[in-house]
Amino acid sequence: MKKKFKMVDLDCANCAAKMENAIKKIDGVQDATVSFMAQRLTVEADDSRFEEIMDQIVKTCKKVEPDCQIVR
Amino acid sequence: MTSKQKKMLLRILISAVLLVAAVLIPVEGPWRFLLFLPAYFTIGWDVLWKAVVNISHGQVFDENFLMALATVGAFCTGFFGDGEYPEAVFVMLFYQVGELFQSYAVGKSRRSIASLMDIRPNYANIERDGVLEQVDPEDIAVGDIIVIKPGERAPLDGIVREGSSALDTAALTGESLPREVGVGDAVTSGCVNMSGLLRVEVTKPFEESTVSKILDLVENSSSKKAKAENFITKFARYYTPIVVCSAVALAVLPPLILGGGWGDWVQRALIFLVVSCPCALVISVPLSFFGGIGGASKQGILVKGGNYLEALAQAETMVFDKTGTLTQGIFRVAGTYPQGCTEAELLETAALVESYSDHPISRSLKDAWGRDPEPGRVTEAEELSGRGVRAKVDGKTVCAGNSKFMEELGVEYASCQQVGTAVHVAVDGQYAGCVVIADQPKEDAAQAIRELKAEGIRQTVMLTGDRKEVGESVAKELGLDAVYTQLLPADKVEKVEELLRGKSEKGKLAFVGDGINDAPVLSRADIGIAMGGLGSDAAIEAADIVLMDDKPSKIAEAMRISRRTLGIVRQNIVFALAVKAAVLVLSALGMSNMWEAVFADVGVAVLAILNAMRALSLPKK
Repeated sequence: MKKKFKMVDLDCANCAAKMENAIKKIDGVQDATVSFMAQRLTVEADDSRFEEIMDQIVKTCKKVEPDCQIVR
Repeated sequence: MTSKQKKMLLRILISAVLLVAAVLIPVEGPWRFLLFLPAYFTIGWDVLWKAVVNISHGQVFDENFLMALATVGAFCTGFFGDGEYPEAVFVMLFYQVGELFQSYAVGKSRRSIASLMDIRPNYANIERDGVLEQVDPEDIAVGDIIVIKPGERAPLDGIVREGSSALDTAALTGESLPREVGVGDAVTSGCVNMSGLLRVEVTKPFEESTVSKILDLVENSSSKKAKAENFITKFARYYTPIVVCSAVALAVLPPLILGGGWGDWVQRALIFLVVSCPCALVISVPLSFFGGIGGASKQGILVKGGNYLEALAQAETMVFDKTGTLTQGIFRVAGTYPQGCTEAELLETAALVESYSDHPISRSLKDAWGRDPEPGRVTEAEELSGRGVRAKVDGKTVCAGNSKFMEELGVEYASCQQVGTAVHVAVDGQYAGCVVIADQPKEDAAQAIRELKAEGIRQTVMLTGDRKEVGESVAKELGLDAVYTQLLPADKVEKVEELLRGKSEKGKLAFVGDGINDAPVLSRADIGIAMGGLGSDAAIEAADIVLMDDKPSKIAEAMRISRRTLGIVRQNIVFALAVKAAVLVLSALGMSNMWEAVFADVGVAVLAILNAMRALSLPKK
């Protein structure tokens, strides 16, 4: 399943790149992009565990940039 | 400005006032140190906090950490050595001003790109029980009749059932000339209704409408990254750790080896830390591509990703489909050759005799004549398959058809030199001349080929399923380098593969088609360019670049945009790296100070962002 999320207060381009790399490494995530320009996160992940994976993604992003929020 | 930016501005002002006050108060020793702390914490508390939090998360080399280390380090050299306290505060202040400006500039550019694509409709008018209601376009079903008032944007795709108007399609195609629509014509979502009230039957749900597709495509375009972008992200991953390690080495090794004071070397190392952030590069490269894609979409050129924009700049072979791409795909009267009558008479006779037929040829004759046949003028019409039509027109027996028909009738006809489908006309057994019907090249097709050659395309090739004579005459008229005719769709793929083998290593091959039966070729070529028409789904799906107004001359425009975007990307990379390298070398030699380092970080980022914004505007021819 592929889903898009808006990101609020994503302020640094380097952080976006770091988040993208970190999200891609999460188990169950097939593909992910963090677009700094569009302030948007696109995740492709396993259907059955999507919510659980999203929780992990939110945690991962918080680690990189504590200010940034993912609107779910 | 957002509230977050406003808050930051306030902090910057307060801190600046505190800093000035601290400099002016004449106190010496440790008291002086304490005097600068309020100014420093006002401006830098969040940076310090984030640095601590991020280290606990395992994010060591982020910019907060680097700035915290650099400024705390500056304080320490001030406390123990001969450094100055104001410097530490000012570096932090300058850094925050730069960050604020950077966030403002990025926000502004993001908005200006978004406004280019501001075609999302907010509501649709629907009549329920005689009352006009505004509803969400997503709630409209296929078959509903919606009302589009003058000045409103068409929210969904549909067909006009009542009313007529002119539509402004500029947001979709970049075309400034309005399009006239009447009952039975298609309306594309995103167009603005300029004059009359329209009642439109919706033909597609909102998710499948043209507007949704385009918005989706442009929003997703930033996920397909160009090589330059990938290079920069990879570069950033190594750059920061390397600079930080060199900073440590610079602080420790020279004093150990050469002996002498630590303060000076530590200060040089701190400068390294400030320069080590790769932000200028990481922001400006995707921003330039985003700007280029935004600028192109303003022209009705949809690019599906930065990688395609990059590839287009390297295009060397351009392969075209004929029908619908270089030609209009509509049959029109291309020439009349009367014998013993005037051109108008010949055309009228031909149009009348064919008036009962529904063949594309008859329609093009009727269009060229431009009138409706009066009832009673044409009688006893019969179609003779594979030959033509025979009928009585104004009492005379008129035969119109191909040369075989004329031979059968025993009429002596003149063979026609012009390439196309010839319709010979005989009146009462007397030859009256012939009308040539052909698919006309698009108005800008010849200009498109010329411009592409001027842009450095080495080879232009046309592939067509059409007859040899027709294909070759079109190719000659438009000035193409090579033409391959009588090809089946599978042959086209083979030809493209042959051309792909023949091109140089770095050059790219682009295929331009109308997307109807050349989807395999579009995906096989390095860059597939489709004539999207207004709303052709197949083309939008299969291609990498879509021309919304079907004009081949837009390809040269797209190439100019791509070259310019890449130029800006290159300028930014070279500029940012050169400034950083220069500051690194100078600071290692002890010839640079904190100010220059902060400029090399945020100053360069801001300049690179401003440069990237140029990608949005149109390049000059």
